[in-house]
Amino acid sequence: MIRFLLLFSKQGRLRLQKWFTPLTDREKKKVIRDMMATVLARPARSCNFLQWRDLKVVYKRYASLYFCAGLEDQDNELLSLEVLHRYVELLDKYFGNVCELDIIFNFEKAYFILDEFLMGGEVLETSRAAVGVSLEEADALQETMEEYMSRPAY
Amino acid sequence: MSPSIPLQEMIRAIRSARTQCEERGVIQRECAAIRAQFRQSDSESRSHNLAKLLYVHMLGYPAHFGQMECVRMIASPRYSEKRVGYLGAMMLLDEKQDASLLITNSIKNDLSHNSQYVQSLALCTLACIGSAEMCRDLAPEIDRLLRASNSYIKKKAALCAIHIVRKVPELGELFAPTARCLLVEKHHGVLHGAVVLITELCECNPETLERFRKAVPDLVRIMKGLVTSGYSPEHDVAGISDPFLQVRIQRLLRILGRNSEAASDAMNDLLAQVATNTDSTKSVGNAVLYETVLTVLDIKSESGLRVLAVNILGRFLLNNDRNIRYIAMTSLQKIVGTDNIAVQRHRGTIVDCLKDADASVKRRALDLSLALVSASNIRSMMKELLVFLSSCPPELRAEAASGIFHAAEKYAPSQRWHIDTILHVLTTAGGDVRDETVPNLILLITSAAELHCYTVHKLYRALFTDISQQPLVQVACWCIGEYGDLLLKGECQEMEPVELTEDSVLDALETVLQSHMSSPVTRGFALTATMKLSTRITENVDRIRSIVSIYGSCIDVELQQRAVEYNALFQKYDHMRAAVLERMPVFEKNSPGHTNGESTGDDAVKVMDKVKQREISLPQQQQPVNQVCNLLDLLGDSEEPVHPGPAQGGAATGLTNNPARPAGEDLLDLLGGFEPTPPTPAPAASVYEKNGVTLTLACDKHSDSGLTVTLAASNSSDSDVTSFTLQAAVPKSVHLHMKAPSGDTLPARGAAQVTQSVLLNNPNKVTLKMRIRISYSSQGSAVQDTVQVDSFPGVDV
Repeated sequence: MIRFLLLFSKQGRLRLQKWFTPLTDREKKKVIRDMMATVLARPARSCNFLQWRDLKVVYKRYASLYFCAGLEDQDNELLSLEVLHRYVELLDKYFGNVCELDIIFNFEKAYFILDEFLMGGEVLETSRAAVGVSLEEADALQETMEEYMSRPAY
Repeated sequence: MSPSIPLQEMIRAIRSARTQCEERGVIQRECAAIRAQFRQSDSESRSHNLAKLLYVHMLGYPAHFGQMECVRMIASPRYSEKRVGYLGAMMLLDEKQDASLLITNSIKNDLSHNSQYVQSLALCTLACIGSAEMCRDLAPEIDRLLRASNSYIKKKAALCAIHIVRKVPELGELFAPTARCLLVEKHHGVLHGAVVLITELCECNPETLERFRKAVPDLVRIMKGLVTSGYSPEHDVAGISDPFLQVRIQRLLRILGRNSEAASDAMNDLLAQVATNTDSTKSVGNAVLYETVLTVLDIKSESGLRVLAVNILGRFLLNNDRNIRYIAMTSLQKIVGTDNIAVQRHRGTIVDCLKDADASVKRRALDLSLALVSASNIRSMMKELLVFLSSCPPELRAEAASGIFHAAEKYAPSQRWHIDTILHVLTTAGGDVRDETVPNLILLITSAAELHCYTVHKLYRALFTDISQQPLVQVACWCIGEYGDLLLKGECQEMEPVELTEDSVLDALETVLQSHMSSPVTRGFALTATMKLSTRITENVDRIRSIVSIYGSCIDVELQQRAVEYNALFQKYDHMRAAVLERMPVFEKNSPGHTNGESTGDDAVKVMDKVKQREISLPQQQQPVNQVCNLLDLLGDSEEPVHPGPAQGGAATGLTNNPARPAGEDLLDLLGGFEPTPPTPAPAASVYEKNGVTLTLACDKHSDSGLTVTLAASNSSDSDVTSFTLQAAVPKSVHLHMKAPSGDTLPARGAAQVTQSVLLNNPNKVTLKMRIRISYSSQGSAVQDTVQVDSFPGVDV
């Protein structure tokens, strides 16, 4: 099971945090600090795995963003790299050539995409197409229900 | 009230703030606006306000005032508000908050909503923040959804069920039958969810595990389908068909086959097929292969398959990709205990990984290398490990050093090699070794008698190169002190001869004493070593005397005490010095004193503890050293101490280290059931009468060789007697223990008595005699008298 998923920039700004276990705010902040400190200190072509407390941590850098996941002992690290990659692909498909700014300005969409792909720390849907379809339909639902609202354009 | 700005405007404003202060200002304004908006019940842009709040929360600012708004929005009929409301709930609420209970009802309603997307929101939130009560409440709903709905909801319900089972393991029974049925689904998402659910059920309940063993053929069939199927665009990842599902199925097979021959047989063929057919050029293929290898190694597979698995790991070790090498070493670590020979074949590659630039790979390689050390490869492995130690990252040093020590201890081919190795480690990583290294090394050195000369020469040279590594300096000082005479002889067969004068040796020790890098413990070592040299060298004893007396006024209490006592050894007890500072005998490890907790690293303490039983113990007053010697004089023996050298050497330093302990406390323990029971009124004999001071002696024999003597003193004169002390001496084989006296003042006219108990143990049944020295001051003058007691009332010896 994936315990947490964090996205942060090279400068140490958090862009997304998803926690799959209940933790207090203080504990969350500590984990974020530790993760940023450890991962950002690693040299460029290092191994993508490291050991932190009793968890395995898998991280990968995509452009200016670090994707960092904390795994339990039984989990397959190489597969988790694939999970992170799949998430990036989904973001890319949704936003069209995704960059960090997309995730900053549309963070709630990034969460919705994540919720269609992972749930309870496990992979929910293994097909790219299926995730895309469900996102489109949900978005469509969003628009129709608010037809009477004068929303500012995003 | 400033109008609230749209979400993206706010994000832009925050990002363009140039300082932290400016950013805080923007955020405070926005939060105020948001709070105002929340208070109005029918705002048009509630979802945007909440979204803004969530952004602010992600930056790290407090956002708890949004919790109730989340609850309200979840209950709203609008989908966009529900969506953001549930997102807010997942971010701001957790099971510890009270507000999370309020959404239970909304979730329940939404689980039966018409729209599957609303249902999925509820499921997602339940799986994220569902507490145990919520799970118990909603479990039947989830089960219903698992059984009868479309694939989209089924897959989400399956993962929600997993969360429920993790929170409330008893509910696993509820989901087991449904999970079994899900295995026939075609939809990969549902299948994946079902497999993960079954894995979770089997992990928490062994009976469920037994039941699901029957599902192994189904799983094998599904897996085979995935492996042999052609290209399926929907699930394909770099040529592998649905690697996520393949990995999870194998993980489930691993759990099912773990302790079962039958189940393992059923999956043998499949695993062989996966292992051989999976394309390992891409990382995805390696992920699947990795899981296969882990499965094969964990179940009761046949040997051919095991060999195949280990070979795959060997191939992984040679892969260019660091990640693959890392996981290969992690897996090899798991089997190094059982399949050592197979792993030994790859030792070369593993040792090469020690030189990898990556810290994670290095750590794995270190763990695995230490596990692979054996008697046959110790020399070559140690060479590599020592090279590693000199260049390894600081966080691995302590682990590496202790691993090396452990390996050296187990497999050292010769003592000289062992000593050399430890010295090498101390010079390279001396600061990171553990505390017990120093005594262990000293033990090793003393037991290698023929190497004393070599060792001390080597240590002396090491001392010159680097004085900062404390363990090394401590050992060096100890050796120089012990074997200084060998050092000064100048020649040693294995090393080049060097001219050493006594001055240079003393210089070295003084440098250690004065260096700011020396810790107090190290200084203690150096001082003792200097003292020991006083018997081993001939010319510069005066220099030693002056060094020792300087430290008599040192600020560090430990050093001061040592110096004072060594001074005393020089002045009053010069005749004893040679015996006290004699060479130490070899001591065994794990002797009772060895495991004494208060290890200052000075082994004299340990020797002292062992020998304490034979020590003449004393009342703890002023200079204990004096009294040892005086009592010996009392007994009228020769200058040679009563007991062999180490005892006295121990006694002198031992007393140094335990100033405050009631003398002979250990003695009491050693004597076991020596209860200081009040003796039955025994006949008392008067042994001393003078100046109005009377001393009476009463005996109580309470075991075959044990005897309690009670001395009672009283004063019948007109003036008080002060500083009243008693000292006692007994023949050699008798053990004596004096308890603390009740006081040291005898008030005038017998107003009160001073009593003192003496415990005697006479195992050899020699004739019991006791000499008692009484000292006191009466009427301004000091009096000292000695009496000899030859017969003890009530005891027929």
